Amino acid sequence: MSALEVNLDHTQGAFTLEVSFAAPDGVTALFGPSGSGKTTLVSLIAGLRQPRHGRIVVGEAVLLDTAKRFHLPPHRRRIGYVFQDARLFPHMTVRQNLHYGRDLAPADAVHQDESAIIELLGIGHLLDRRPAALSGGETQRVAIGRALLSAPRLLLMDEPLASLDQPRRLEILPYLERLCREARLPIVYVTHDVDEVVRLADTLVLLNQGRVLSCAPVETVLGDPALQRLTGRHEVSALLRASVQGPPEDGVQRLAHPAGMMHLPVANGLRVGASERLHVKARDVALATGSVRGLSIRNRLTCRIVRIEPQAGVDVLIELDAAGQRLASLITKEALVDLALAPGQQVVALIKAMTLARASDR
Amino acid sequence: MLSAFTPDEQTAILLSLRVALLATFGALPFGIAAAWLLARRRFPGRALLDGLIHAPLVLPPVVTGYILLLLFGRRGAIGAYLWSWFGFTFAFRWTGAALACAVMGFPLLVRAIRLSLEAVDQRLEAAAGTLGASPVRVFLSITLPLMLPGILAGVVLCFAKALGEFGATITFVSNIPGETQTLPAAIYTYTQVPGGDAGALRLTLVAVVISLLALAASEGMARYAARRLGQA
Repeated sequence: MSALEVNLDHTQGAFTLEVSFAAPDGVTALFGPSGSGKTTLVSLIAGLRQPRHGRIVVGEAVLLDTAKRFHLPPHRRRIGYVFQDARLFPHMTVRQNLHYGRDLAPADAVHQDESAIIELLGIGHLLDRRPAALSGGETQRVAIGRALLSAPRLLLMDEPLASLDQPRRLEILPYLERLCREARLPIVYVTHDVDEVVRLADTLVLLNQGRVLSCAPVETVLGDPALQRLTGRHEVSALLRASVQGPPEDGVQRLAHPAGMMHLPVANGLRVGASERLHVKARDVALATGSVRGLSIRNRLTCRIVRIEPQAGVDVLIELDAAGQRLASLITKEALVDLALAPGQQVVALIKAMTLARASDR
Repeated sequence: MLSAFTPDEQTAILLSLRVALLATFGALPFGIAAAWLLARRRFPGRALLDGLIHAPLVLPPVVTGYILLLLFGRRGAIGAYLWSWFGFTFAFRWTGAALACAVMGFPLLVRAIRLSLEAVDQRLEAAAGTLGASPVRVFLSITLPLMLPGILAGVVLCFAKALGEFGATITFVSNIPGETQTLPAAIYTYTQVPGGDAGALRLTLVAVVISLLALAASEGMARYAARRLGQA
């Protein structure tokens, strides 16, 4: 069953939004360039705007069904909405802001553990302050807490980091990562930042000019050249899913991937058996044909070439299939000719352990 | 303190306060409703309502008083029914003085409240809605508290106007000592009799003091409100 089903047809001036997707549980990133309709889409889900036609279902609750003339008003949708601009109530303390939605939630709603959320967001010391006395990052964390405590069916986060500068962003991202891991409710996360997608999301809905280009697991979409075209300069990357094997040796954690054993430098050992997501940038992946000897690179995955796509410069993007998971490699045209690579061919993808990054542990 | 004044003067002072308070707080709910209609709703007749509310600001007060007499006099268009159905009349009663003051102060009240309502960020109201607050609760818990500085300003303006209202009051309910003779009317009466100068001056000072106290009170409350909003 989908956590969120959206079918909408909405016109606003010259802009038309025609979207249809179903997202599973977990974190769904709505990704697209500015003007692609992301904010319009979330405000439609929250009921702050009314579409011409559409149907929205969260879990088992129908929020909107224009065919049946059914339209749940925003205050009865129970959607936790974290706005780009936080929108804390200036005449209330942080504590009163946090309690505002909690006190209005129906008695039978599944409430989040308040002290756990305050602890997770690190806002315990701010409770008696007024919003005017908070920094940008603190404001946004309180806004997230307020939305969570309203016992929502779904959490909508509309570019919660967009109004913050880079240091504040880095300060708040770890909180978001923990939240996305630990919250037991579906989350829709709007962003136009690929790093945030990689760190936070399970499913990626790619939006452009009011239409859904794709809706798929992040691992699948990351290597998609369509994503690269949409984000311009963004480099192609991939997420590999591997399971943790045994305790780390000399600071290196071994993870089993169906295409080969992977090695990840870690400070602390990871939970044995846990499924980890490793972020691999295409430019960090080298290719070899045949067997490799006398090489320092530890991560060697046996892959099959799916597609070869020339890039604007001297680069060629090689799309790879690593035992069912997508991987991409960026090599020069010269190397391509030298190795005589062709679709369907088997190659070994070489990834330096130091370039691997954990995306998040789910 | 009141013993410094003659019984007639005391009566006029207390009556003026009573009239001004009833006028202000009686008008307040209507003022908030009118401000909300004008600021937030688009409906046919909106310009007409706006004009009606503001008319007392530009009409000669005597004209406003006379219109009130035509409407609310015991044989007036509305007053006749109030009298025959409820046995109630505004005519030549202190409540009538309050009505006249309320009508005269209403445009000032509405303007101040409307300005503050237009300054309320509607995005905050939308946020409250997503947190589960019904429109009525949003208004009571978000909009109204954020409008508070404007409401205070409007209340003080309306109160000051009511305290000083003369033309409409005297036209509508006359100048009856102990019933409709408010401070301005009492001052006017003093100036019309020989040797009334001292009395007129005493009451003038009273009017000045009451007005300044009201202003200081509103200033204090506005500061408190601003502090609560974190703007100070």
